[in-house]
Amino acid sequence: MDHGDCSDTLHELYHFLDGELTAEKRVQIQQHLEGCPPCFEAFDFEAEIKQYIAQKCRDRMPDELRARIADAIGHAGPEGAQA
Amino acid sequence: MADQATFAEQAMPYMDNLYGAALRMTRNQSDAEDLVQETFLKAYRGFGGFQEGTNLKAWLYRILTNTYINIYRSKKRRPDETDLAEVEDLYLYRRLGGLEGATAGRSAEDELLELFTEAEVKDAIEALPEGFRLAVLLADVEGFAYKEIAEILDIPIGTVMSRLHRGRKALQKELYGFAVARGLADPATEDQSEPANAG
Repeated sequence: MDHGDCSDTLHELYHFLDGELTAEKRVQIQQHLEGCPPCFEAFDFEAEIKQYIAQKCRDRMPDELRARIADAIGHAGPEGAQA
Repeated sequence: MADQATFAEQAMPYMDNLYGAALRMTRNQSDAEDLVQETFLKAYRGFGGFQEGTNLKAWLYRILTNTYINIYRSKKRRPDETDLAEVEDLYLYRRLGGLEGATAGRSAEDELLELFTEAEVKDAIEALPEGFRLAVLLADVEGFAYKEIAEILDIPIGTVMSRLHRGRKALQKELYGFAVARGLADPATEDQSEPANAG
């Protein structure tokens, strides 16, 4: 495998995972990954971490706060006047 | 012009997301509750100025971020953004990537699930200096595009990318520290940092 291709590919890793590449560039990266297990593994690992972080940061708003906000908005009036 | 009567219906689905982001920003439940409440009230009052059909989630996060910065930044020591040490690229992968497939039939994700608890992931994000923390939060937890993050934080896209790049590596280093502390990873490899590509 061409090492220049590998370093170029790894350089685009986050732009790829973040969906920030042009369609053309994305296809180039995908083609490289299909033929390069080491790069594929690194991309796969980073994709898992990104997903894992999102999964672990799900919080649920406490019901009391939800009610307090709904109440505050209700009292703020239809034109947004201060309660 | 957005109709204020539809505010609750349109904005409420983002409550849990905004609350989670507020927790990561303030690192404190009581402050997070105040921040979210203030954000929703401001958003409600300003909803007439929201352009229907544009990105409501990004609009709400911009209000959240501005409110956070206005209320909390002045109160606390402003973290020095240049403080963040350089961390090599693929920090965790180079140390933990080998675990993948070490146990037959287990995926990399299963291995990671065992290594880091929810509290550790949250702590690792909260340990990041503010600018990096917000960028990582908006990209990795909330899934905003670079352009949206640039608008929410009011910084250039290049700065978004640089903060994300450095913030993610610092986050990985922080996570690795947790794995080492629990004896799940080898401390000998902890400090093999080398100059990383400037991000």
